[in-house]
Amino acid sequence: MTGLLFLIPVALGLGLLGLATFFWALRSGQFEDPDGAAARILIDEDAP
Amino acid sequence: MTALPLSRSDVPAETVLAVPGMHCAGCIAKIEHGLADRPGIRSARVNLSARQVRIAHDPALDARDLVRELERIGFEAEPRKGALARSQSAARPLLAPLAVATFACMNVMLLSVSVWSGADGSTRALFHWLSAAIAIPAIVYSGMPFFRSAWAALRRGRTNMDVPISIGITLATALSYYETVTGGHDAWFDGSLMLIAFLLAGRALDAMMRDRARSGVDALLGHAPRGAMVVGPDGRLGWVAAEDLRPGTVMRLAAGERVAADGAILHGTSRFDQALLTGESTPVHAGEGDKVLAGTLNLDAPVDVAVSAAGQDTTLAEIARLMEAAAQDRSKYVRLADRAARLYAPAVHTLAALAFAGWMIAGAGWYHSLVIAIAVLIITCPCALGLAVPVAQVVASGALMRAGIMVKDGSALERLAKADRALLDKTGTLTTGRPQPDPAALAQLPPEAASVALALASYSRHPISRALAAALTGLGVRPAALDDITEKPGTGMFARWQGSAVSLRRPESASGIAVTLDIAGQPTWLIPFADRLRPDCAEAVTRLKAMGLDVSIVSGDHAASVAQVARETGLFAQADAKPQDKQELIGRLRHAGRNVLMVGDGLNDGPALAGADVSIAPGSASDVGLQAADFVFVQESLLALPRAVSVARATMRVVRQNFVLAIGYNLLAVPLAMAGLVTPMIAAIAMSASSLVVVGNSLRLARAVR
Repeated sequence: MTGLLFLIPVALGLGLLGLATFFWALRSGQFEDPDGAAARILIDEDAP
Repeated sequence: MTALPLSRSDVPAETVLAVPGMHCAGCIAKIEHGLADRPGIRSARVNLSARQVRIAHDPALDARDLVRELERIGFEAEPRKGALARSQSAARPLLAPLAVATFACMNVMLLSVSVWSGADGSTRALFHWLSAAIAIPAIVYSGMPFFRSAWAALRRGRTNMDVPISIGITLATALSYYETVTGGHDAWFDGSLMLIAFLLAGRALDAMMRDRARSGVDALLGHAPRGAMVVGPDGRLGWVAAEDLRPGTVMRLAAGERVAADGAILHGTSRFDQALLTGESTPVHAGEGDKVLAGTLNLDAPVDVAVSAAGQDTTLAEIARLMEAAAQDRSKYVRLADRAARLYAPAVHTLAALAFAGWMIAGAGWYHSLVIAIAVLIITCPCALGLAVPVAQVVASGALMRAGIMVKDGSALERLAKADRALLDKTGTLTTGRPQPDPAALAQLPPEAASVALALASYSRHPISRALAAALTGLGVRPAALDDITEKPGTGMFARWQGSAVSLRRPESASGIAVTLDIAGQPTWLIPFADRLRPDCAEAVTRLKAMGLDVSIVSGDHAASVAQVARETGLFAQADAKPQDKQELIGRLRHAGRNVLMVGDGLNDGPALAGADVSIAPGSASDVGLQAADFVFVQESLLALPRAVSVARATMRVVRQNFVLAIGYNLLAVPLAMAGLVTPMIAAIAMSASSLVVVGNSLRLARAVR
């Protein structure tokens, strides 16, 4: 039982962390341009 | 993305431009770097999904300067204002509820598995309380899209798929909470959350698909004139937006420009292409005092036009009013899923009531009977049924989009599958809508003459010149080197080639469109132009007929030119049809019980497109056509039509199979539930298994486009 008392909050906390990260991503515009995000990694920033 | 040297002005203006031509990382880099280097532009940020560029710049620059900058980089652009500038997404508002439902579902499932595998006593109570703490807020938040839609339907005295879903979720949650409080054996939180998560996933996919189609269509928009060069009383020229034009204003119209408002010609003569407005393919000659209509294309020479009507009074606005009326007629269509819900919801609720009554009569007590009745509701909750339609449509739309056909509306596939009568417009639909040089005449040109013609044509922006240049380039002709090039508006291009005078100009007299190529000391060449049929036109019509659609032509063009196309395609045709006539014809056919598919592109087809059961427009269509149509195909070939019809029919076949599969599961599970044998575990397994089967079956549509 003591293991449960420790593990359940940890599991929930990690899950909530993921959820919070997702909401942060949603708020900061990460989902505005999915096609662009996929294409941008191919742009060579050092190019003139 | 790119930091810019600060300019003197401190308040940057922001402009959004639509750039339909960008599609890869190279385009993004080219546009962002290319714009950032220009003076006055602070930053440029591309949104590839919406095909837009957001530019922060000095207020001194206006949208037209920015369009010119993009043209220099090599992209065509259109300024976007108001609603079009914001890329509104239908999927965005569903993402947060989906994330919450998935998170809660997984955590509650973790706790539920422990309970199913034998957790007992205080551990079970603790797990149930934890589940309740996670599930109830999550259900309230992520179930909102369903509750709202169900409430909206109920308030209007109707029912849709969301009504049984909402009732099922609410009752299951309430029962589970009661069980938790009283220390009961079974809680159904996991089932409710799984249901919400699955359904939201289906809807988010559906919305993403529509977003993608919509942004594709938005990028195509913008053929309509947005303004005109206006000659002020003091003789100065200035740009005025279309909505600010007033009767009496004088517009100066260059060759190749579209007219922004109805008016009468003050100076000059020219010919006007009215194909978009009336479907008429032969250009109309107009001189001083003659009327010109908004939306028509000035072909030959610059003219001054006095505005006689603008805004709400133009022919354009009249067509818009016709369309509004037509669209209202169509909105009465009830989607298949909602028709299924009309039968399904009462059946399920009756079953649950019967189960309750049966167990009461058998003497089980009201609590036990109620639990069983709710179990029936949960097990029949249309999880797979809710996925049956959207998943099939998403997969089919995705396959169509890869084939160059955009599906703008979810119910469009359902309506297209039922179509049994097709009406095709002529100009721009059966034909490409652009005058193209006669291939036989081009083949007869000696190589030297062809290269001179290409060189002359390449210096002009006149639509005829551009078509000639494109055709000759396609034949592999290289332009010759010319000197002293001059363009005489309304007449043609003049130059010197190897010391002799050459010209590409309008013939003195010719029926239809043509150009003459003069090379001093050589015979004169006449190159006739005509609007050609799209490739694969005959095969497309044959395939449509093989699928049981009656096909005919309805066109606003003159009988003679319609007759020619009718002969070539072997179709029955109606000519000289005004927008009202087309709409009436569709009304008559629909009244006779036919499901009408309208294919058209022009403004004149707008009311017909909006009024038909289902409509398709080519990507080259007018804004009005693009917005009114359910499908837009962005390819030359007319084979898009039979392809779309066959995919729509395949989709409806799969949807019907999905219904059978989903209801089949319910038929198996309902007797168990009514017998009181269903546990939350069985409910969870049945729900996910039937959903997976339905999704799997729908995925077969990915290869449906042939």
